[in-house]
Amino acid sequence: MATSEKNTMEELGVSKEYQYGFHDDIKPTFKSRKGLDEEVINQMCDIKGEPDWMRQYRLEAYEIFKQKPMTKWGGDLSQLDFDDIYYYVKASDRSERSWDDVPDDIKKTFDRLGIPEAERKFLAGVGAQYDSEVVYHNIVEELDKIGVVFLDTDTAVKEYPDLVKKYFGTIIPSADNQFAALNSAVWSGGSFVYVPPGVKVEYPLQAYFRINSENMGQFERTLIIADEGSQVHYVEGCTAPTFSSESLHSAVVEIVCMKGSRVRYTTIQNWANNVYNLVTKRAFAYEDAQMEWVDGNLGSKLTMKYPSVYMMEPGARGDILSIAFASKGQHQDAGAKVYHCAPHTTSQITSKSISKDGGRSSYRGWVDVAKGAKGCKSHVVCDALILDKDSRSDTYPVIEIGENDTNIEHEARVSKIGEEQLFYLMSRGLSEEEASTMIVNGFIEPLVKELPMEYAVEMNRLIQLQMEGSVG
Amino acid sequence: MSKDLTIKDLHISVQGNPIIKGLNLSVQQGEIHALMGPNGSGKSTLAKGLMGHPLYEVDSGEVIFDGVDVLELEPNERAKLGLFLAFQYPTAIPGVSLANFLRLAVSAVRGKGANGSEKDGLIPMREFRRELREKMQQLGVDDSFARRYLNDGFSGGEMKRAEILQLAMLEPKIAILDETDSGLDIDAVRIVGESVSQLIGPDLGVLIITHYPRLLDYIRPQFVHILLDGRVVESGGWELTQVLEAEGYDPIREKHGIDE
Ligand SMILES: Nc1ncnc2c1ncn2[C@@H]1O[C@H](COP(=O)(O)OP(=O)(O)OP(=O)(O)O)[C@@H](O)[C@H]1O
Ligand SMILES: [Mg+2]
Repeated sequence: MATSEKNTMEELGVSKEYQYGFHDDIKPTFKSRKGLDEEVINQMCDIKGEPDWMRQYRLEAYEIFKQKPMTKWGGDLSQLDFDDIYYYVKASDRSERSWDDVPDDIKKTFDRLGIPEAERKFLAGVGAQYDSEVVYHNIVEELDKIGVVFLDTDTAVKEYPDLVKKYFGTIIPSADNQFAALNSAVWSGGSFVYVPPGVKVEYPLQAYFRINSENMGQFERTLIIADEGSQVHYVEGCTAPTFSSESLHSAVVEIVCMKGSRVRYTTIQNWANNVYNLVTKRAFAYEDAQMEWVDGNLGSKLTMKYPSVYMMEPGARGDILSIAFASKGQHQDAGAKVYHCAPHTTSQITSKSISKDGGRSSYRGWVDVAKGAKGCKSHVVCDALILDKDSRSDTYPVIEIGENDTNIEHEARVSKIGEEQLFYLMSRGLSEEEASTMIVNGFIEPLVKELPMEYAVEMNRLIQLQMEGSVG
Repeated sequence: MSKDLTIKDLHISVQGNPIIKGLNLSVQQGEIHALMGPNGSGKSTLAKGLMGHPLYEVDSGEVIFDGVDVLELEPNERAKLGLFLAFQYPTAIPGVSLANFLRLAVSAVRGKGANGSEKDGLIPMREFRRELREKMQQLGVDDSFARRYLNDGFSGGEMKRAEILQLAMLEPKIAILDETDSGLDIDAVRIVGESVSQLIGPDLGVLIITHYPRLLDYIRPQFVHILLDGRVVESGGWELTQVLEAEGYDPIREKHGIDE
């Protein structure tokens, strides 16, 4: 009964603050003025002490960003005001706050959610000085022995300039889209991972251990390079709702999967309801390499995120598993893109969405098979669960096939929580809320069982929180 | 004192069509009743109506259990009161394991804060697992059953056994078995029959809906009722099943002036 602890239905009674995430006044040591121009970027480079090539890279990206028209597809971005955003906020490296200063009810909330100790302190803004730092250092030491680099990207630019220069922006060039350009101009934080040939990292690398003041920036930039035959699982994100004073989060994640390597990237995000979460994630998979995206999106006002895999050489494989939960006032425009650029490549997309209380979820998918890429296989399944009549779900699949010898399957299902299912569970003593929560948790089970245990538990609890008070 | 479920002049309609039209029946804890009737006569409608299915509308009549007006209650509250329905067609809940579901159901029915329950209101995992394993063994179902998704891809026979397993775990006071024997092979009918009769005692009253007397060989009812045109038209003892077996429903229809 490996999964039996997952669905525990507790009365969480989580406080109101929790819903918006916990935040506190960590005094920033530097905050650029609102809006963006070259001066802001230059200032940022000065403070970071960045090499010239990165400054140039940023400035060029900014030029591109200025020229890009506002993105028109996906969700509604008309309320997004680029001039009303702080693009660079450097929090103090050594926060003065201690765990004891964290209000009791917040601690209690973390307790109830079972959030791991290290993440908890981090979320509460006291992570930098405490256990998490120790944990991170221990991990880095361990990784160092096997040649694995695991740093924040800012540090990597300084310590591994050649490696960063070689790959940075090659998977997602600044000109790729408006938000990639913006991120390229103002990025801060994010992770840099390099795994040498043949090295298999046994445990997931967790972003929240890599604590520093810029870790939770709005414009993270992550670059993962898995060298030939290596293996790594990277886990990002906090499942507790992440408070952000800023309304825009726009990250870029680039992954290189060299021959025979295997990379899994797991994200669970639960943004506050005011956030535009516009993320570009892409991986190149070379010969026989395998890339897996596992992506869970909760919260935010609008999320636009379509992890993609370019299968560049024969035998490459891309798997994308995504789940979106759209609640009141939220639009989850999520999906996946796979590009079969070489013969005998395989992809699998599994997308699950839940819409509730007038929330809207869309699946936007792209399957592309290049001319001459014979013997490719792609299987797409998207399932939508709509919890009430005010909520909405759409699918926008695009399939571009330049080759006859391919096997592509696309299945889409939209379902409602069945009256029969509810009645069945209720006739066994479950309340309507418990019953619908159980049905929703069952619906996302295929994804949840792919998560590391502690994330799986949290995911189920998050769903439970989302479902609370939903039925009269 | 044993409690009873009393149904008085019950009328139930489905999508505006009256199906149950003035039904009277009483089942006491410790008693075994059989309800027989032709296809479409309203047996399942009665069963689901008693359990509170929202689609099955009670137009008039009374259902009282232990002095409580059952019709006022949500299905889960009826379950907590001690009513149970083994479904003719159980519903699949994909992604939800039988064990997870049952732990929650058992905890809900036994009540939060029941003896030994943990702070989250669930019965302790260990205790639950032990109990579940024990009951699964009695029913002759495999251990792996507990991990399977509830009714999802179950064979007809597996579904019915899962229903009985739930009955055994939830320990209701009155259980309605809606054609629990249909779709079972001969051995399975015996296993189900034997396990239900093991559960039967002074605390459990059963209403068995069936078309075949075979199940009744294992669970000998004291009372047999015949449902025709939405009403119980005949009640009697075991001999009634023999009459039906021999002559079918026609003579009873004729006697009560009911068209087919
Ligand atoms: N959900 C429903 N929607 C529409 N009609 C229904 C529904 N449920 C029952 N009915 C109708 O009510 C009548 C009685 O059905 P019911 O299922 O109660 O019969 P039954 O006695 O259980 O039959 P069987 O022996 O075949 O199980 C039938 O005419 C059936 O079509
Ligand atoms: Mg029936």
